[in-house]
Amino acid sequence: MTNETRVIPVLELSHISKRFGPIVANDDISISLRRGELLALLGENGAGKTTLMSILFGHYTPDEGTVRVDGVELPQGRPRAAIQAGVGMVHQHFSLAPNLTVLENVMTGTEPLWSLRSGTAAARRKLLAIAERFGLAVDPDARLGDLSVGEQQRVEILKALYNDARILILDEPTAVLTNIEAERLFSTLREMARQGLSLIFISHKLDEVMAAADRIVVLRGGEVAAERKASETNKAELAELMVGHRVTRPKREAATPGEIVFEASRLTVSSGGIERLKEIDFFLREGETLGIIGVSGNGQASLSQLMSGLAKPAAGEMRLFGEPVTALDVHDLVEAGIGRIPEDRHKQGAIGEMAIWENAVLERIRQPLFSRRGIVNRAAGQAFAATIIEEFDVRGGTPASRTRLLSGGNMQKLILGRNLYRRPRILIASQPTRGLDEGAVAAVHARILEARKQGTAVLLISEDLDEVIGLADRIQAIAKGRLSAPIAAEHADPRRLGLMMSGDWTSGDGVSGEGNSHAS
Amino acid sequence: MSAFLDIIASAGLWAAVLRIATPLIFGTLGALLSERSGVLNLGIEGIMTFGAMIGWLAVFNGADLWTGMLVAALSGALFGLVHAAMTVSLGLSQHVTGLGITLFASSLSYYIFRLAVPLASTPPTVTPFQPISVPGLSDLPFIGPALFTQTLPTYLSIVIALLLAYIVYRTPLGLALRMSGENPHAAEAQGVDPIKVRYGAIMAGSALMAMGGAFLTLSAFNSFFPTMVQGRGWICIALVVFASWRPGRALFGALLFAFFDAFQLRLQTVLGNVPYQIFLMMPYILSIAALAVMARRARVPQALMQPYRRGER
Repeated sequence: MTNETRVIPVLELSHISKRFGPIVANDDISISLRRGELLALLGENGAGKTTLMSILFGHYTPDEGTVRVDGVELPQGRPRAAIQAGVGMVHQHFSLAPNLTVLENVMTGTEPLWSLRSGTAAARRKLLAIAERFGLAVDPDARLGDLSVGEQQRVEILKALYNDARILILDEPTAVLTNIEAERLFSTLREMARQGLSLIFISHKLDEVMAAADRIVVLRGGEVAAERKASETNKAELAELMVGHRVTRPKREAATPGEIVFEASRLTVSSGGIERLKEIDFFLREGETLGIIGVSGNGQASLSQLMSGLAKPAAGEMRLFGEPVTALDVHDLVEAGIGRIPEDRHKQGAIGEMAIWENAVLERIRQPLFSRRGIVNRAAGQAFAATIIEEFDVRGGTPASRTRLLSGGNMQKLILGRNLYRRPRILIASQPTRGLDEGAVAAVHARILEARKQGTAVLLISEDLDEVIGLADRIQAIAKGRLSAPIAAEHADPRRLGLMMSGDWTSGDGVSGEGNSHAS
Repeated sequence: MSAFLDIIASAGLWAAVLRIATPLIFGTLGALLSERSGVLNLGIEGIMTFGAMIGWLAVFNGADLWTGMLVAALSGALFGLVHAAMTVSLGLSQHVTGLGITLFASSLSYYIFRLAVPLASTPPTVTPFQPISVPGLSDLPFIGPALFTQTLPTYLSIVIALLLAYIVYRTPLGLALRMSGENPHAAEAQGVDPIKVRYGAIMAGSALMAMGGAFLTLSAFNSFFPTMVQGRGWICIALVVFASWRPGRALFGALLFAFFDAFQLRLQTVLGNVPYQIFLMMPYILSIAALAVMARRARVPQALMQPYRRGER
């Protein structure tokens, strides 16, 4: 590998190490980037990818090692120096101000602070020229907050290019994008590489790494695990290198459904004067998983709110364990042993500033096990959290540590553990693996399958086709607030589900019977 | 009804509006500057009081009026430095620090005043700023006496408002200021140091607040008493929201509030049978109503009241 780099690499990271307390985030990492190359940095969450890039960009100072651009060493810990050397960074959580215009976001810091005027006209011309050159169309005077996420990312890229970046670092650029936006992004990146820019993108998605990159560096546990040309490897090998062992998503065994535990008929849910769910029918059975597949924004949020007791139906009937109910109540749901995995684990699933053990017992804090006469039993709570950490393999924290320090996958395992430990009769899982890496996905899937096997009725709401096909026994598609008739998992394939998700059947009489026969 | 019109048609009302508005303009601009950088400064009430005291004391001890204003501004900047050290460097609660500064600065004002000026039955006075007639303009009928016979600090406050509007929206410094208040991480990533920006904005803003206080003792009145700021600082904090953090609207908001105030004073003499407390309430009630309408569309600086720590997201 080294014998072909006679030419000075555009970017060279040598022997970078970085520790945070006892945690080694980067351990002696060396990577070089050539001109016009599109390099993927592949690794699970917590493999040290983002730390490495933050060092490169001067946000962190490394404990050891150097960063060289065109053979010249960069001073450590100075973003300004990195920008001046031609390094641009596109952050996962954009470094943009929603209340400012596109042009203002791009121009910040590009002029001497004490100038009497901003050179707005020249800046606009330069921005438009760059946008034109790379096909990144955007209105310079639009307020950033009014743009879609994909457009905001374009602004983030333009900002780096405006600063004359020749090396572009993108931190998990597709995490927030739709599939179409992601494809468009990668064609832009390829075009940039063709025009002589050098790019590194960070990812844990095997598909996009294989499709887009020239070369792939795999990080694992803070070290370089391997380096491959994209043309000389495959997804299976990369997955194994990334996780350190063979990963296979767990297989679903045939279900043995029991009694119906929840039933909704002709249920309508409105919010803000709009019918979010229209006359939907579905039921949940013990020991069976119902998968709701659909493109996000078609009513999933309302369905998940309804099932978590956060929204009330405007019309229709519900039966919980055979009893008619008019609305589900959060407190009753918890008491009845209904587990919920909310869509947004950071906002609804856990309270980041609180300790892990507090989050573990939060739902049930009033139960005698965890509190008596208004006094919390810390020991019991901590013991419970320790059990979850042990059994559900939550890494990166003790019962007393802050929950926000956990990675997404581990936080999800904590939430899963809190719910599944009680053997819930019903589990509502909304997008349970969104944003998680391969290893964590497999772990979450295994837990959900195990719960089902033990008799839990599972409602899985997801926009991931593979996930729904892998986990669900029956599948209904959601489109424009309506639910299709269920199909058995055996009859499901991506093509048929794709057609169902497009909502063709909604034009007929909605939810009834065989409206989707043309799709089979 | 004609009584209302008579009041509005009197040049004296409009002259009073500008005079009453001046300390509010200074204070509001100061609070706005600080908040645009992302830091709320509730020290304003105390800083205005201290500015009123120290400015007056300087003049009482023989300094000229502009030196008094300057001394007030410097004292304000010093309190701003304390606020910045606590809220920016240490990342402490901006509410608590600000209220602490208000309590401390108010008490300290009275303490220093008591030490420096012996207790007397009639408060000692200084010769305040005199109204300056703007040549040419002050001779205009109605408009002349209404708008162009103010003291110099009043004209200065309006110039500063326009200047600040220009700086905020038209210069790289203003963009750095706004970016620090919207997203300090983005500012840092673009090579702007949000910590320096915040220190600068808080100190400059506090200097303006103190000048607003000094206007009370050196122009509106000629003596100092400890309760003279009378909640003007809190009005300024509300006016910043009313103005949606825009300097031009801040100027307008201060003038509007001053108009209500001047109007109710004159109304009291016309409608003698209504309890005067009703009139005193009027500017506040109308301000709350205006706030409710305007503030709903306000775009709050996204990082307002969020401490910035380098390297932490």
